[in-house]
Amino acid sequence: MNQQTDNTAVAELAGIEIKGMTRQDFLVRGMFATGAVYGATMIGPFVRSAFAAEEMDDIGILNFALTLEYLEAEFYKRGIANAKLSGEALGVAKEIGANEAEHVQALIGTIKQLGGTPVKAPTVVFPFKDQASFLKLAQVLEDTGVSAYNGAAPAIKSKEVLGAAGSIVQIEARHAARIRLLNGEPPAPVSFDASMTTDEVLMAVKPFVKA
Amino acid sequence: MSDTHEGSTQRSALEIVRDDQVTRGKFLKLVGGAGAVSALGILLAACGDDDSTSTTSTSDTKMKDKKTTSTMAEASSDLAIVNYALTLEYIEADFYAAVIESGLFKGAELETIKIIGQHEAEHVTALEGTASKLGKAAAKPKTTFPLESRESVLKLAATVENVGAAAYLGQAGAIVDPEILAAALAIHTVEARHAAALNTLTGQKFSPDGAFAKPMTMEEVLPLVKPFLVA
Repeated sequence: MNQQTDNTAVAELAGIEIKGMTRQDFLVRGMFATGAVYGATMIGPFVRSAFAAEEMDDIGILNFALTLEYLEAEFYKRGIANAKLSGEALGVAKEIGANEAEHVQALIGTIKQLGGTPVKAPTVVFPFKDQASFLKLAQVLEDTGVSAYNGAAPAIKSKEVLGAAGSIVQIEARHAARIRLLNGEPPAPVSFDASMTTDEVLMAVKPFVKA
Repeated sequence: MSDTHEGSTQRSALEIVRDDQVTRGKFLKLVGGAGAVSALGILLAACGDDDSTSTTSTSDTKMKDKKTTSTMAEASSDLAIVNYALTLEYIEADFYAAVIESGLFKGAELETIKIIGQHEAEHVTALEGTASKLGKAAAKPKTTFPLESRESVLKLAATVENVGAAAYLGQAGAIVDPEILAAALAIHTVEARHAAALNTLTGQKFSPDGAFAKPMTMEEVLPLVKPFLVA
């Protein structure tokens, strides 16, 4: 089973099609429609897929986020139970796991408040066997979470929902940095965090989702 | 409306408010809370951008340009936010430059600080470009920082980054252009990473707010950075 967990793998997804348009066409159309006239293209190179979730409504985007949060919450729960974590790593995993569980509850609540139906938790499987492999995967999941929220957020219509997403993604970024420090990796690898389209995110987490 | 746009050495009151960080803070206090950014934006739109040769706005012009004015108002309110972010990034970039020059840090810690400083410098460059395209970039302020010890500087760095992250979060809902929003979000999470790392280095919780980050308004942020601005 191809276990593509590395974000660099998603560069290969540049050719995927979205509703009959290639992704490049999709991005270009989006840019003309929404204001390259403002000259924001100065920062264009650092920002990808601002229009990733354009077709989804707010409830759809929240359910997309909920799926990721379910995945992360279960990941930390299993890591704490099975990855033989100790010391600093155990404490960090517990704190992050508690955050993710709160994110799950908050997203379920918000979706219901908006009159939507929250998706069910996916059945997941994670290929870690010890602390080192657990922390490596944690880093990928947290970095992916940041890119997922950043990719979807510009398409959110409600300012309140955007605020909630922003409030959550900031915590995911803190998680990512904290895990990276545990891994001896730079906490902030780039000056502008990349964003990912919903398709790219779903491809990235596909190895972990059984149903 | 002032007619001191081009070729004049005297800045109009509005230009002073738009360009001068400290004055903007006072202005925002005057116009009050939530309406502050859009109020400033609407005033800027009414004045027109720097390159405009039209220096008066009659009611006829306002009526005719109603649609343009609301688009201009949106661009101007985005400009105000971009310049606010730019000002914070100027302060951060200056801070790290001063810290590096202080000689207080060595080895791995110095490398971490250099990397963070490099990020802030890149944020400055990007935001300057965006602000220039939208209208005019805020002037680079003169800054001053207390640099007493390694510990006090690291704590200050952590504070600055946490405030920076909260500041971006506080503006996300006000940004009109989705591309500018995307860029702001891309910077927001990097500031959060910086904050978490520095919190950890200084023995603090990587997320002091817990599971949900708290935003800060301009009114909350500006007094916190004022001590670093030389009048």
